Amino acid sequence: MTEVAPKGPAIVVEDLVKRFGDFTAVDHISFHVERGTIIGFLGPNGAGKSTTIRMLCGLLRPSGGRAFVSGIDVAKDPETVREHIGYMSQKFSLYGDLTVMENLRFFGGIYRVPRTILPERIRFAVTMAGLEGREDSLVSTLAGGWKQRLALGCAILHRPPILFLDEPTSGVDPESRRRFWDLIHSLSEDGVTIVVSTHYMDEAEYCNTIALINRGRLLTLESPTTLKKRNLGGDLLSIECGDIGKAISLLEGQPGILDIAAFGNAVHLLVDPEKISPGDLEGRLTAGGVPVNRIGRIEPSIDDIFVRMVGENSPQGGAG
Amino acid sequence: MRWGRIRAIAIKETIQIRRDTRSLIIALFMPFMQMILLGYGVNLDIKHLPVCVYDREGSQNSQALLKHFQASEYFSIIAVLKDYREAKAALDSDRCRIVIAIPHDFSQKLSDSGGSTVQVLADASDDNTANIAIGYAQSVVGEFAGNLAVAAQGFGGSPARLTQGVDLEERVWYNEDLDSRNYIIPGVVALIMALVGALLTSLTISREWERGTMELLISTPVQPSEVMLGKLLPYFAIGMLDAVFCLVFSVFWFHVPFRGSLFALFFTTSLFLVVVLGVGFLISAAIKSQVGASQIAVLVTLLPTSLLSGYAFPIDQMPPLVQWVTTLVFARYYVTILKALFLKGSVLEDLIRPVLAMGIYAMVVAFLAGRAFKKRLD
Repeated sequence: MTEVAPKGPAIVVEDLVKRFGDFTAVDHISFHVERGTIIGFLGPNGAGKSTTIRMLCGLLRPSGGRAFVSGIDVAKDPETVREHIGYMSQKFSLYGDLTVMENLRFFGGIYRVPRTILPERIRFAVTMAGLEGREDSLVSTLAGGWKQRLALGCAILHRPPILFLDEPTSGVDPESRRRFWDLIHSLSEDGVTIVVSTHYMDEAEYCNTIALINRGRLLTLESPTTLKKRNLGGDLLSIECGDIGKAISLLEGQPGILDIAAFGNAVHLLVDPEKISPGDLEGRLTAGGVPVNRIGRIEPSIDDIFVRMVGENSPQGGAG
Repeated sequence: MRWGRIRAIAIKETIQIRRDTRSLIIALFMPFMQMILLGYGVNLDIKHLPVCVYDREGSQNSQALLKHFQASEYFSIIAVLKDYREAKAALDSDRCRIVIAIPHDFSQKLSDSGGSTVQVLADASDDNTANIAIGYAQSVVGEFAGNLAVAAQGFGGSPARLTQGVDLEERVWYNEDLDSRNYIIPGVVALIMALVGALLTSLTISREWERGTMELLISTPVQPSEVMLGKLLPYFAIGMLDAVFCLVFSVFWFHVPFRGSLFALFFTTSLFLVVVLGVGFLISAAIKSQVGASQIAVLVTLLPTSLLSGYAFPIDQMPPLVQWVTTLVFARYYVTILKALFLKGSVLEDLIRPVLAMGIYAMVVAFLAGRAFKKRLD
């Protein structure tokens, strides 16, 4: 199946739109993905990540715009696209009433992996998924992490140059998630282009490129490092204090405060350092009856940037 | 179309059937249950019908005739009546279904004109039984003397039936014993094949939608026609096994004669299976829930097959409009073929018309099923 890949980007998306009735799930998205890179679609549930991936796999017909996977138009020739891709759907979708081996043999047959090399590919998949000794277990009896790695194993039996993974790590324990990302990295090192969606912001660090998606729109497309260095237009401060709700109401709308939001047990603020200093803030909170435990500048996380960008891009604000 | 992919799907499907109790019950146990229930339950024969007699003559001749009735396996004389009032009471109270009345001049007319009449009063509130009983009475009288005629008079609200001076010689062909089981069982085979075939396959696509495995399957390069063939092959094998079971059970358990060609049986059964499996597959592709799909499957196979295929209810006795409707019921052709194969000993060449009709059906359904499901989510 692995043909000599044509030159040019692995994926080209131009002005892609998907509407379901009145609802626009994907709203004029355009981007390129270079071969051998990992692109992460980040955004909350319902942002349009899955819909975009399904259009790229030829499972949904675009309502507008164009998309090319390996240079093939997904709207015109979805069947040829399917020869070049591997797909892991959002819901776990191997056959629970088949064993590990039976699933692997089935997908080997469906992808027409030559019989001479299928046993070796299956052995590779079993080792990769850490399923040695469980070849004859029914898949429905396996724990989440194993199922997920087996699904990946099935998706790469035919050595596709492009892999689409839709929320592969949702509902899997942190250790399995880390292990899964290691697998994705080693595939990428072998030259596979990987499109992966997630709503875990911390997983963004593993990607070469991040596409922040919200309400069907592509907010930004850059590497995690550039994204984090992105000038938010001020300094990001974190305040740990007693009554977070009261702190927010005291500070919100004050001059020099560009943005404020609760973040776990802390308040994150974006401030203009020319107009307000950490000392001013602490003074104002203490005067208002909110004792401050700690205050300091922090490096923005992907989450902060996402929240900030969503605020800039929609008048209603919020991550929806 | 690639054999490798068809094979992969067929193997997967076989494993799933083997591990699914519900499918196994439908595939293996249901044909047996249906055979027993319908083979024993549906019986159109009339035997030892309760009869009252009113002998107004009481002669040697009349007694001899009544002995004939008593000796026949169709009738049991349960009472001898003294007048018409008693006859009416016996019929009204359901003590008997018919009354045989012999006129006071029975012997005299026999010797004078060489012909006489015997009156049969029948309770025609169940006109089917009444008809059959009158027919049997006729044959008993006929046996007694070729020149006796039976005047049958309807009773119990239905118009009087008068059959006079009938002198008929009956020769029944193909089902010489007039055993209704011989008539029913070949149709039961069709009923079982239709039900099992459509019910099993109706689950095959909807199950994948319900479990979420379909999304992955359609993301692969597999062709819709490969999915259809791969999924239907195991069910075709099951259907053929069930057909062999039905044949063996009919012949060796119910002693229904099988006189036709085995080749014709398996050829036409293959055609029929293609149709029912295809119909089940179409339903399954259209309805994404297993429960919904199986209910529709029962509705579109069991109902028309049991009512309009002619398996128990003869098509030529239906109103013209309904008769026309039956030409659309594919099971009708298979029932015709089965009855001919079992009872008439037909070979394939005798059955050109129904075989052609089934062939056309099979092609249309296979064509539709091959593109029944789209590899799209929208």
